[in-house]
Amino acid sequence: MKSLFLGSLFFSNDKTANVVLFSLIALIVLVPLCNAIFPSASALHFSAYTVSLLGKYLTFALLGLSLDLVWGYCGILALGHGAFFALGGYSMGMYLMRQIGERGVYGDPVLPDFMVFLDWKELPWYWYGFDQFWFALPMVFLAPGVLAFVFGWLAFRSRVTGVYLSIITQALTYALMLAFFRNEMGFGGNNGLTDFKDILGFNIQSEAVRVALFMISGLALIGAFLLSRWISCTKLGRVVTAVRDHEARVRFLGYRVEMFKLWIFVFAAMLAGLAGALYVPQVGIINPSEFSPLNSLEIVVWVAIGGRGTLYGAIIGAMLVNYGKTVLTGLLPEIWLFTLGATFVLVTVFMPNGLAGLLLKKREEMHT
Amino acid sequence: MNKPLMDRYKTFDFVRKPVKPGELDVSHKTILYLEDVSVSFDGFKALNNLSLYIDNGELRCLIGPNGAGKTTLMDVITGKTKPDSGSVFFGQTIDLLEMDEPAIAQAGICRKFQKPSVFENLSVFENLELAMKADKGAWPALFARLNGEHRDRIEEVLTTIGLTEHSAQQAGILSHGQKQWLEIGMLLMQEPKVMLVDEPVAGMTHQEIDRTAELLLSLQGKHSIVVVEHDMEFVRSIARKVTVLHEGSVLTEGTMDEVQNDPRVIQVYLGD
Ligand SMILES: Nc1ncnc2c1ncn2[C@@H]1O[C@H](COP(=O)(O)OP(=O)(O)O)[C@@H](O)[C@H]1O
Ligand SMILES: [Mg+2]
Repeated sequence: MKSLFLGSLFFSNDKTANVVLFSLIALIVLVPLCNAIFPSASALHFSAYTVSLLGKYLTFALLGLSLDLVWGYCGILALGHGAFFALGGYSMGMYLMRQIGERGVYGDPVLPDFMVFLDWKELPWYWYGFDQFWFALPMVFLAPGVLAFVFGWLAFRSRVTGVYLSIITQALTYALMLAFFRNEMGFGGNNGLTDFKDILGFNIQSEAVRVALFMISGLALIGAFLLSRWISCTKLGRVVTAVRDHEARVRFLGYRVEMFKLWIFVFAAMLAGLAGALYVPQVGIINPSEFSPLNSLEIVVWVAIGGRGTLYGAIIGAMLVNYGKTVLTGLLPEIWLFTLGATFVLVTVFMPNGLAGLLLKKREEMHT
Repeated sequence: MNKPLMDRYKTFDFVRKPVKPGELDVSHKTILYLEDVSVSFDGFKALNNLSLYIDNGELRCLIGPNGAGKTTLMDVITGKTKPDSGSVFFGQTIDLLEMDEPAIAQAGICRKFQKPSVFENLSVFENLELAMKADKGAWPALFARLNGEHRDRIEEVLTTIGLTEHSAQQAGILSHGQKQWLEIGMLLMQEPKVMLVDEPVAGMTHQEIDRTAELLLSLQGKHSIVVVEHDMEFVRSIARKVTVLHEGSVLTEGTMDEVQNDPRVIQVYLGD
């Protein structure tokens, strides 16, 4: 019975989903294995840079997945989803910042450098506790979760939908960006939080920690994927899809639509927060640009290109687009935004269901 | 001081079955009260001081020319539209104007829409499952599992609406008539006290119409049913009592024969 349950958890009727899932598992096994077996000079040994780059893609995939729950399953085109990613990132950043201790430029045992620079004498109250990992970890989920709850409660209860909702989500992340830019907010202003030294006592630059962070990102993505897929197969998942397709009708069946939207919105915000928290130690910095509306739009593009409402589509989309971004910005940084915009337009016109939809159609054609 | 207690003919409140506020009380036989209800859209009166009473367990037909306000009436009862004035009660005690759509649905007033409204991306079975009477909160939905009893109930409704073979099919690819049936099935799954059925036989074949009539007749007594329909033959086959709506108010009420011979009704329909 138990093995049957596990089987249905890992295997889906959709073959592409299985391929994506097992590729991810292979990836998080192979990369560390290669690095353990082959000496650092070998071509099969991934450099710390490559490992962290792959790890970053995994956190973006998790972010895309979380948006797919909100947009693909519940039909809410959220244009401010990056705010939750950034809040998770800042929570982790605050922990990492306080680990620096006396090793900062100014050598203050408690205050981070930027506070000493601003001539602050005391740690603001909201920085308390962040020296402890057990405190910072729940904050990674709570900070975005609470924001999503308050925002969603207000927006969904007053039945704001469609374009209006999209616009206010965008306004939300924009407002947060402006706030975090201010030095007085106490989050490092436009420089953000950086110069991290170690995490849980291990050197954050070391290859072992890089590999560990990469593996944890992969496991988080796989876990989130399986959990989200499980949720989509419950009655809650079906109500959420029904809300997407015919919101008013769901109310007349006795469901409080706003509660279902809120549930999925908060859950997705927490996943986005986790993604942000894993992203920050791998890139070594978090600053207010993570709140920029453009970032949130990019997430939407990943999901649109990968294919909405499939979960794995968001993963494929996020990985591919970001790989493309790495390559292109290396070659011709100016054209990246245009390329992204053009791809988005082409995809929405010619592949409304994204890559996932294309693969599904190909498979159906092969069957007939 | 104790004198009232000695009054042997008085019925004291504590002897009566207590009625909690918010609990359905149909001790006066009437399940739906609409009194002086008016609704206007940009100055146009879709409902004009309309009063209507539906008895518990009754099967009532509402007819009237296009634009008479029949659908608007259902919108008012189900909380979709708030009237400008008037009162709407469910039984003696429940004020529907203070409730929103989910609360009204949970209280037991369910509705089939004029345009068939099923969830096209879900299967027929899943459509019925979503409609099923249950705790409709988000957390209960996350952990809800279908037990044998639930499955039996769904199978039963599938048989009633003749869609057993289509159980696993996506609702979107059903025919128009089958969608109508599915939506009626969704009503049944909710085990409603009042069923509001807006134009149930539109797009159905003759056979399907006959079966719908049979079904609605078999349900009367168990549920109070209000049917809006244009198909006069269909109305004649099910109606005990017919209410004619015209320009947002009740024109007349009676049996089908009485109504059809009413000169005002003839004028309204011929003048249409
Ligand atoms: N939301 C609305 N906005 C403006 N006018 C409406 C609206 N709903 C209904 N009406 C108008 O109210 C009148 C009654 O409509 P309705 O109740 O749908 O009639 P019936 O169902 O009897 O055909 C019609 O003239 C219709 O145009
Ligand atoms: Mg109508």
